[in-house]
Amino acid sequence: MTEISKIPAASIKSDERLKKVSVLTSLMRRPELGAVAGLVMVVIFFFFTADTSMFSLSGMMTILAPASQLGILAIAASMLMIGGEFDLSIGSMVAFAGLIFGGLLVNFGQPLWIAILFTLLFAALLGAVNGQIVIRTRLPSFIVTLAFLFILRGLTLVGLKWATGGSTQLRGISEAVGDTSIAGLFSGLAFQGFFAWLAENNLIEKFDNGMPKVAGVPVSVVWFVGLAGVATWVLLRTRVGNWIFAVGGDANAARNSGVPVDHVKTGLFALTACAAALVAIITVLDAGSTDARRGFQKEFEAIIAAVIGGSLLTGGYGSAIGAFFGAIIFGLVSIGLTYTKFDSDWFQVFLGTMLLLAVLFNNFIRRKVTGER
Amino acid sequence: MADIQSNSPAPIIEARDIVKHYGSVIALSGISMKVLEGEVLCLLGDNGAGKSTLIKTLSGVVKPSGGELLVDGKPVTFSSPRDALDAGIATVYQDLAMIPLMSVTRNFFMGREPRKGIPPFRYIDFKHCDAVTREEMHKIGIDVRDPNQAVGTLSGGERQCVAIARAVYFGAKVLILDEPTSALGVAQTSMVLKYINHVQQKGLGVIFITHNVRHAFAVGNRFTILNRGKTLGTYAKSEISIDELQNMMAGGKELQALSNELGGTI
Ligand SMILES: Nc1ncnc2c1ncn2[C@@H]1O[C@H](COP(=O)(O)OP(=O)(O)OP(=O)(O)O)[C@@H](O)[C@H]1O
Ligand SMILES: [Mg+2]
Repeated sequence: MTEISKIPAASIKSDERLKKVSVLTSLMRRPELGAVAGLVMVVIFFFFTADTSMFSLSGMMTILAPASQLGILAIAASMLMIGGEFDLSIGSMVAFAGLIFGGLLVNFGQPLWIAILFTLLFAALLGAVNGQIVIRTRLPSFIVTLAFLFILRGLTLVGLKWATGGSTQLRGISEAVGDTSIAGLFSGLAFQGFFAWLAENNLIEKFDNGMPKVAGVPVSVVWFVGLAGVATWVLLRTRVGNWIFAVGGDANAARNSGVPVDHVKTGLFALTACAAALVAIITVLDAGSTDARRGFQKEFEAIIAAVIGGSLLTGGYGSAIGAFFGAIIFGLVSIGLTYTKFDSDWFQVFLGTMLLLAVLFNNFIRRKVTGER
Repeated sequence: MADIQSNSPAPIIEARDIVKHYGSVIALSGISMKVLEGEVLCLLGDNGAGKSTLIKTLSGVVKPSGGELLVDGKPVTFSSPRDALDAGIATVYQDLAMIPLMSVTRNFFMGREPRKGIPPFRYIDFKHCDAVTREEMHKIGIDVRDPNQAVGTLSGGERQCVAIARAVYFGAKVLILDEPTSALGVAQTSMVLKYINHVQQKGLGVIFITHNVRHAFAVGNRFTILNRGKTLGTYAKSEISIDELQNMMAGGKELQALSNELGGTI
């Protein structure tokens, strides 16, 4: 026995293969690397081709507002993708949640906070149903949620006609909301005082009457940044985060190691649906009405942003902060083209190319970093 | 047999008449076995004999179609591997249950992550986890170059060592090892056998599956031989010789003839 224990002990002491992990390797290990590189490239591109007003404060806000709405969806979608599943119904869920929210306010005369709470809860429930169907039937989530893409879109149309007596647009939401303080959490601008102060001190552009040209940050941007931060912390630092990676990496191995796989997946589906409901609440409050086309094709955009952000389609790898950058790239390109001489219809070409490059890059990185054999 | 053991401690884990069907396939047809405190039970048998299926019923992966499981003499039903882990049963599966895309540390603590902080803001203490992972891997004879490297980049044997180190670290009562040394080098294999010995001395029960009689004989106290979903019997070390064991493991196949043909090397 003594001989046995000596052998490995000796070989451990000085392992010549032990070398310091280079900064490059640890950087390469981060899934969001591609998205950051892509962002830099896109910014450089627009720096040379776009009108300088694109990079002004107000230009940035026009880009960030749509980027943040997409980003909220993309962050949730990326977490679900890391967990090994897709949700193609989030776009339709935005419309459906919009209907529920608007209906509660207008048709049922509920106060705003009840409408918000109920919409979020209802969305979470629908998401959980999605998840349970996927788990119990073991069908690919792709096909189950594709069904829900149509079911929810159809229900929205039917429901809107019922709620409005034949129209596909439900108006009168601003009137129904009235004047409540919680509306400020979901609509309008944040940090207005700070921006006024900045203008007073001539730190930002202002109108002749002394009001700042940009009065604040859209609340959706605050949600976007906040959620990106929380999601990143959860993924990288918490137990649930570890479970999400494990479940997406190999559900069976995760289950055998004691991870409650079904709970994690159901939770992720519920979270994604809640993100859709949040976007619905924000955009419906902003517009003062809701219609059947709300959130149209957002599921694809969110998944594309997540993929650009480094999430693997096969699950188990990706990042929320990557999806954050992915959504910003999306906003930059879609809005930025209007600041250039290019026809803005190039957007889709650009998008498809980005997606293809991102997928190729992700696959390459995965093989490189994880030594996949 | 029964008389001798009546005054010894109750088995830590016991299976009674376990039956498992997969559709029309009968993987286990009424198997009983038990492990006492501080004892190594070797499960031996041909490929497809049902060894993995049996231990999967003990670790909560497979729900038996019939029969009874007892832990510390009390009947239990495991509805998930988590239940078994909570009962102190840690398992090294034949397929290892590792996630190639995740780091060594994340794999090591998967499902059992220690946390710090106050409830909604609890987080994993990765510094501590990395240190434990390094330390435990060191003990088994593998130097993890970087605990943050993905498990997919480890060699097959290194992966097996992570799985073993993990099970030993978390196994509180029973340690189940399903062919843990199949991909290991000589030094690591010896280390694992030594580990089994060590764990046994701490008073845990060990279930050890292997196709190597010498390994089984080196650490085992008792040997249960499975064949086509049935037990051929359980023997204490003193009751059986290494050659008899070898022949029973082959499930009565004509090993001798084969051995002669190959120049007596089996
Ligand atoms: N999920 C399953 N579905 C159908 N049959 C199965 C399933 N799992 C195991 N079996 C069958 O049960 C029998 C026992 O399998 P098991 O994996 O327990 O064998 P084993 O003794 O571990 O073999 P080995 O030494 O090769 O690992 C085999 O005949 C196998 O085909
Ligand atoms: Mg087996």
